[in-house]
Amino acid sequence: MSRLSRWVLLCVSILSMQSVWAADAPTAPSLVGVDKINSGDTAWMLTSTALVLMMSIPGLALFYGGMVRKKNVLSTLMQTFAITCLVTLLWWVIGYSWAFTPGSRYLGGASRAFFNGMTFMHDPDKKLSVSHLALTIPESVYAMFQMTFAIITPALIAGAFADRMKFSALLVFMAAWSLLVYAPIAHMVWESTGWLNLAGVLDYAGGTVVHINAGVAGLASCLVLGKRLGYGKEKMAPHNLTLTLIGASLLWVGWFGFNAGSAGAADGRAGMAMLATQMATAAAALSWAFAEWISRGKPSVLGIASGAVAGLVAITPASGFVGPTPAVIIGVAAGVLCFIAATSLKHVMGYDDSLDAFGVHGIGGIVGALLTGVFVSKEISGVDGSLKQVLIQLMGVATTVIYGFIASSVILIIIDKTIGLRVSEEQEREGLDISLHGESIE
Amino acid sequence: MKLITAIIKPFKLDDVRQAVSEVGVQGVTVTEVRGFGRQRGHTEIYRGAEYMVEFVPKTKIEIAVDDVLVDQVIEAIAKSAQTGKVGDGKIFVFDLAQVVRIRTGERDSGAL
Repeated sequence: MSRLSRWVLLCVSILSMQSVWAADAPTAPSLVGVDKINSGDTAWMLTSTALVLMMSIPGLALFYGGMVRKKNVLSTLMQTFAITCLVTLLWWVIGYSWAFTPGSRYLGGASRAFFNGMTFMHDPDKKLSVSHLALTIPESVYAMFQMTFAIITPALIAGAFADRMKFSALLVFMAAWSLLVYAPIAHMVWESTGWLNLAGVLDYAGGTVVHINAGVAGLASCLVLGKRLGYGKEKMAPHNLTLTLIGASLLWVGWFGFNAGSAGAADGRAGMAMLATQMATAAAALSWAFAEWISRGKPSVLGIASGAVAGLVAITPASGFVGPTPAVIIGVAAGVLCFIAATSLKHVMGYDDSLDAFGVHGIGGIVGALLTGVFVSKEISGVDGSLKQVLIQLMGVATTVIYGFIASSVILIIIDKTIGLRVSEEQEREGLDISLHGESIE
Repeated sequence: MKLITAIIKPFKLDDVRQAVSEVGVQGVTVTEVRGFGRQRGHTEIYRGAEYMVEFVPKTKIEIAVDDVLVDQVIEAIAKSAQTGKVGDGKIFVFDLAQVVRIRTGERDSGAL
């Protein structure tokens, strides 16, 4: 046999192996033997899931709770807590299935409604179900991990409309938003049949799916609801920044589950994602604080905490794609740009994004998504940063911004026209704690 | 008998308590209060939103004394609460019509 023919044979066999592998790679949740489960991966993903839930309760609840006025602190905590419960049930009903099972390019199927078919059968054949998106961990862990993302995303929106939405309207809005906005966007970006995934959009841990999505919905909600009573005239200073700093710290720690957990495994990429997350967060916290020091005279506690969150947001899409040095650059950019968005842009534009859900999560998410296209490293992810990748990222951003803004606005306007969105003037003046929940703190 | 009310800087409270004890005062009532005078307020900035805090935190102390002690107590407060900077506070003196010690029913000077 000539060398050439041997070489051709080798190529043909490699190609055919690949096609066999491609045919075997599952494209939907499936049953596998328990021996296919990796205990290290599973242990890390169980841990990550708990960490991400901790970001919402109590992390985000305290972060927001400290920033509102004293008469609204309980209602703010209540919103995050209730959203956690509500989205958990919706995820079981249909959310998980619509987001993470194959279906159309825009929405998954209904095969996993009520977690139907998600099994752990020890006997007789020692099989259990795994998601096609995380082959080495039980599907129960994957669905639960993704559930915690589905919880925090709508909870983030609440920062934009603090102090003025009816609790009943909040529940309806969050239920509709979770199913009609979050599930489709998660499917489009993360599920293998989603069109943005097929188009090559990179979103490691949810810069687009979670943060841009929540930020834009926040912008829509503060525009539809209008400003708080007395905005710009009365004092609306945060009532307890200690709570806010504790909340920001819990978010920071929990975010390691968010970003390093998005590896779906306990491996080198998870480690790199964790390192990048730490670098970007520290850089952004300092860059916000210094920007504030230079432009306003003093570096504030609220500033450094907000900067840290901006850095966490911006590194989210990039975390499993970039090394530590680009992470620092992303952090610095996010700190400065989110500072401008939260302190100047909203005053110039005249909307009352009360706790800067759009200013931090929307802007930080966009900064991170675009810079992911610049800094993505071939060594870590197999793709190199390029102008083309930046444009692909821009397509992901634009889709989320346009769809998210329109869909959120429509849901909000329908609620406003039916059950009403905003509390009465009297309730708002009295504070939501007493007027909606019959409780108050001294 | 007089009731001496003084508005002072909060961090001066311990100095004032010591000074009035030294001249023979037996009791002081303390309240945390807010107000404005020539010191005016200060500005707080939260994410670019500036708020003027017009009422500055102060401490109010109230002391009931016999007429013979009044001048000494006023001097003790004025000396111990003074920093020389704007916002040191003020002392007000009122006539006191009656004093009753609840435990014993003693009245006026005997109750001080």
